[in-house]
Amino acid sequence: MSADVVSRTVGTRTIIELDGVRKTYATGTIAVEALRGIDATITEGEYVAIIGPSGSGKSTLMHILGCLDVPTEGRYELAGRDVSDLEETELAHIRNAEIGFVFQQFNLLPDLTALRNVALPLVYAGVGPHEREQRARRALERVGLADRADHRPGELSGGQQQRVAVARALVTEPAMILADEPTGNLDSVSSADVLALFRELHDSGRTIVLITHENDVAAQADRVLRIHDGELAS
Amino acid sequence: MSWLETLRTAGAAIRAHRLRSLLTMLGIVIGISSVVLTVGLGLGAQDQVRSQINALGSNLLIVSPGSSTGSTGVRGGFGSAASLTQADADAIADKSVAPDVARVAPATSTSTSLTNGTTNWTTKIVGTTTTWEKVRKRTLSSGRFFTADELSTGANVVVLGSDTASELFSRGNPVGQTVTADGTALTVIGVLAESGASSDDSNEDDVAVVPITTAQRLSGSTSNALASVYVEATSSDTLSAAYQEVNAALLTAHDVTSSSADFSIATQDALLSTANSTNKTMTILLAGIAAISLLVGGIGVMNIMLVSVTERIREIGLRKALGATPGAIRRQFLLEASLLGVAGGAIGAAIGVVGAMVLPSFINQPVSVSAPAIAAALGVALGLGVGFGVYPASRAARLTPIDALRNE
Ligand SMILES: Nc1ncnc2c1ncn2[C@@H]1O[C@H](COP(=O)(O)OP(=O)(O)OP(=O)(O)O)[C@@H](O)[C@H]1O
Ligand SMILES: [Mg+2]
Repeated sequence: MSADVVSRTVGTRTIIELDGVRKTYATGTIAVEALRGIDATITEGEYVAIIGPSGSGKSTLMHILGCLDVPTEGRYELAGRDVSDLEETELAHIRNAEIGFVFQQFNLLPDLTALRNVALPLVYAGVGPHEREQRARRALERVGLADRADHRPGELSGGQQQRVAVARALVTEPAMILADEPTGNLDSVSSADVLALFRELHDSGRTIVLITHENDVAAQADRVLRIHDGELAS
Repeated sequence: MSWLETLRTAGAAIRAHRLRSLLTMLGIVIGISSVVLTVGLGLGAQDQVRSQINALGSNLLIVSPGSSTGSTGVRGGFGSAASLTQADADAIADKSVAPDVARVAPATSTSTSLTNGTTNWTTKIVGTTTTWEKVRKRTLSSGRFFTADELSTGANVVVLGSDTASELFSRGNPVGQTVTADGTALTVIGVLAESGASSDDSNEDDVAVVPITTAQRLSGSTSNALASVYVEATSSDTLSAAYQEVNAALLTAHDVTSSSADFSIATQDALLSTANSTNKTMTILLAGIAAISLLVGGIGVMNIMLVSVTERIREIGLRKALGATPGAIRRQFLLEASLLGVAGGAIGAAIGVVGAMVLPSFINQPVSVSAPAIAAALGVALGLGVGFGVYPASRAARLTPIDALRNE
């Protein structure tokens, strides 16, 4: 079953395999080629940074990795299975249990408190309300926002919202964390906290892929992928 | 995700968007309460008309001797031939012959002058049986009608019409007093309440009703000829069936064909067809008004649902990104729409029912509550809400999370 599509044991198993992945956006008459043939392999437990200029296709790539979008061309294999072969419910399960995604735009629900936003993935994981609250509270503590649990996103600063988004990605304890500029809005102290958190998760065997502009953030990773104009630089 | 969890999510979403939820419900509330009230007003008016007509005897058939079928109008000696007898009345009263006939009242009719002391008044003496009171839908303002005993013994008792009573007894209660007809003293045992109606160009309130046995004795006639037989059908719906049965029974009894029939049957035809066409017009009118109010309410619900789902496509995208299956999304929106629909529907129905109870004291019109109207209105409102709430949501649930999240 899809439950063990992504295993948590550190090893040499290939977890992500991209083969000639292209993504073309058709806006009106102009077609934007956001990704032009990406080939890449990420091993289980690896800590990978993706770095590249604005508009180079980092977010587009990350969405495909997170099974949130589909490539126009090419193949994406997650733990040995072609993602295009997976059923909607299997995809939903993978997004829920195996992947923690931090959006560049946070994407918090404005009507829910920070706590409820963080607990949302657990709702779809079938976790009961009581345990949900406890786990969401713990995740908020880990990003240093325990005292903002009952605030709505509109009552939080950009950096605080970003940390809520990080907490939401952690709450299910997924095998893989995909973070799109998770420190983009953070000061150096909270940025260091979040990076320490990722390091800790990495040490416990999680695969981490993060996007960044900053070289010192990228330096945290085992490996850096440089993307330029929709292509990986070797 | 369990239904309970979905219910929690849906409830939270409704609470989070109080204004939007309220507006949706308002559409349903207005739609349903107006349907309940318009239909209730119409049905109330219909019932009122029907009961007024029933009071006049919409179930009534009047069998008369002689024939009025010929193209030249009255044929034969109308009312003069002894072609209608007690035997005919008995035949019609036989349930196995005419199952749609409820009661039968044979009647003789003679014009006689009654005297009370020096007061003299000429009226129609009707000799009949105890069923007459029910068949003619008459009530008594005082006293009582004659009994079966008085009928079989041919007792000298009389029940006076209200006009007859006031002509003969200008003051005091006539019950217990005596009037004289052709030298026979009759005890007044009751006075009929005003009927307010007149038929056959005669005043229904100027009569003197006596047992048929007494009437035969008074007139000194030995024949059992009847002036008419009043027949009450089991309901206004079975009137035409009763007509057929009575007609067939009499044709057989008299051994004649319909072209040579020596009797005729009259109904309150004009009254009935007027009532029926009024009812039909009213029903169509009301159905129209109800349909329009439903449409207006429905369009309101539809709009708010469409707008709110469109607003929430980003939310659908995010929920999918966090692991919601399309089924979970569909169930959430289905429950949200149903909760709003049921709550709005219940409030609307309650307002309608309360209105139906309160309104009559203001507008002096009966308002009856129709369960089918409430059910239909609820069904339409729920259907529209769910249809226009769930359909776009389930379409959005099929998008990739990113496409849904990008939706503005
Ligand atoms: N929905 C879309 N429709 C059309 N073009 C798009 C769409 N999304 C992205 N693009 C284009 O694809 C290219 C890559 O966009 P992407 O968001 O992946 O860049 P990025 O590397 O994440 O940039 P940044 O660092 O600014 O976040 C850009 O040229 C962008 O304009
Ligand atoms: Mg980006």
